[in-house]
Amino acid sequence: MNVHEYQGKEILKRYGVAIQEGLVAETADQAVDAAKKLSEQTGTQWWVVKAQIHAGGRGKGGGVKLAKSIDEVREKAGNIIGMNLVTPQTGPQGKKVHKVLIAQDVYYPGPNPTSEFYMSVLLNRTTGRNIIMYSTEGGMDIEEVAEKTPERIFKEEIDPAVGLQAFQARKIAFNLGLSGNAFKEMTRFVAALYKAYEHTDSSLFEINPVLKTSDDRIIAVDAKVNLDENGLFRHPDFEAMRDVLEEDPTEVEAAEHNLNYVKLDGNVGCMVNGAGLAMATMDIIKLAGGEPANFLDVGGTANAARVEQAFRIILKDPNVKAILVNIFGGIVRCDRVAQGIVDAYRNIGNIPVPIIVRLQGTNADEAKRLIDESGLKVYSAIELKEAADLVQQVVG
Amino acid sequence: MSVLVNKDSRIIVQGFTGNEGTFHATQMIEYGTNVVGGVTPGKGGTTHLDRPVFNTVSDAVKQQGADVSIIFVPPAFAADAIMESAEAGIALIVAITEGIPTKDMIMVREYLRGRQCRLIGPNCPGVITPGEAKVGIMPGFVFKRGKVGIVSKSGTLTYEAADQVARAGLGVSTAIGIGGDPIIGTTTREAVELFMNDPETEAIVMIGEIGGGLEAEAARWIKSTGNRKPVVGFIAGQTAPPGRRMGHAGAIIGGAEDTAAAKMKIMSECGIHVAESPAIIGKTIAGVLGKVSA
Repeated sequence: MNVHEYQGKEILKRYGVAIQEGLVAETADQAVDAAKKLSEQTGTQWWVVKAQIHAGGRGKGGGVKLAKSIDEVREKAGNIIGMNLVTPQTGPQGKKVHKVLIAQDVYYPGPNPTSEFYMSVLLNRTTGRNIIMYSTEGGMDIEEVAEKTPERIFKEEIDPAVGLQAFQARKIAFNLGLSGNAFKEMTRFVAALYKAYEHTDSSLFEINPVLKTSDDRIIAVDAKVNLDENGLFRHPDFEAMRDVLEEDPTEVEAAEHNLNYVKLDGNVGCMVNGAGLAMATMDIIKLAGGEPANFLDVGGTANAARVEQAFRIILKDPNVKAILVNIFGGIVRCDRVAQGIVDAYRNIGNIPVPIIVRLQGTNADEAKRLIDESGLKVYSAIELKEAADLVQQVVG
Repeated sequence: MSVLVNKDSRIIVQGFTGNEGTFHATQMIEYGTNVVGGVTPGKGGTTHLDRPVFNTVSDAVKQQGADVSIIFVPPAFAADAIMESAEAGIALIVAITEGIPTKDMIMVREYLRGRQCRLIGPNCPGVITPGEAKVGIMPGFVFKRGKVGIVSKSGTLTYEAADQVARAGLGVSTAIGIGGDPIIGTTTREAVELFMNDPETEAIVMIGEIGGGLEAEAARWIKSTGNRKPVVGFIAGQTAPPGRRMGHAGAIIGGAEDTAAAKMKIMSECGIHVAESPAIIGKTIAGVLGKVSA
């Protein structure tokens, strides 16, 4: 589950990670109040207005602005709230901004130069252990750093039996070229960050940049936090952080019906049991000359109610020109699924696009007969190859 | 011969008396699998499905000589169940449970390090040796006895492959569903290695999906050990967009290396017969075996 920057920072702060402080606002007036309050709390003279959407690269799209007066806070917050923000990560359609974070200015002048670092915590799938990945090149696109100057990216793997050790935090601070108070601050920062990661069942932390301020404090200026969906049951308070405005409305509706649905931009919808077969079915559609309009796993119990709900979800997408149903009936009997399809079809009334149903497994022949004799505009198949050919016929 | 499980395996079910455990244990027994009992803490001493129920895995090992355990315990308690089995000396642990937190699996993996046991899964359909033992949730009738080993991250796609193998007039030695989570007990490479060392298995079907580096690792290992048996490969998710999770917790494209195209390219370069379409897995394996015997 993704959360916003302001929520991510809130989580980090609970575990003692030093952050760039800020207050969230949904209107220009709220932004002004937030700015005044923040000045009282932190003494900041300037403010950063940051669009809160679930995508990176916000600065590049004009979603992060410095305000040097309260009037500028009002103006810039007003401009950003409601804008359609396009960043390298949102795709060309962009994302609508509903909230801004009014954050303190942390690049204030002081005795020492500031510097920016990169730091992330994530799972190394090969070793099955968490790693802290960090770089001297903060504030930049990390993929680009990895490509051009891989020697500037460091990794520290954590032994799960003992957790993060002090020498590892020191190593990180040394590799980042720090000394004196900034060095100490960094070791504390790393320890708190890893503790937060472990305690919250997170699947990714990305702090870019981590800032060394002019007075040698180490703080998280941005925070990308992904929470492990499988661990959410242990953190019921995180559920309130879910922002459905950031998700596709059809995906949200599908999730409410326990359907695993991901919207894509093609023209052939699909309904499949099992995630692997669902991906393979999308591939079949592509190879047959169409483009998949979605990923949809109906799960093990493909009964009439679920099938009907799945049809309704798929049909919400106006781009869908055909639907391929691909069910491998193992323990679930194909004839039951076929009956479910026929019932669902009749309940919905008129389905305006052709449907190809491929049912294989237990009672597949009876299922095919049921579909063929239903009188509905449904093409039936048993083998996957036949289904692929039918897709080609329909979209071609 | 086969790998991992056979008619002599002594199998227990953890989460035996729950809904899932009861349903699938019944199916396993009907298939002819040698289920010798089950474990449900607090119900020890009772019987379920005409088999003894134990409080601990340890008791089941002592009293029934169990050597394989299949786990249907809910996600919050599954890591504990796996570790209990490992501690009790179970040689093969098959974890069906979907939705175990990654943090728990990091601990499990650490706990299993250096122990004499193998974990399959979690989030997998299990393992089947046709005609001998079904230790999983797969429809048994799809799997015909034969000489093709199947290793797969996906459930229904495994059934699909097994069905195509059967339609091609061939059969399966053992099928191993390794699971679709980011951390799994047995990797693609380890499963392939089992088949390479199994005299009965003549060819291997290796089914992967987007995310992670398991298929590339297996492909490189196959090449480095001299392509001892023909391998047919398929990767699901050629059309999946980057950064989106496709059902399985581990099925997410994180970089250029874990796309379907990248994996298929590496597999091809390593001498694996890559099926571009999931509809031609059976045809491809038949072609490969035809060439071998000719």
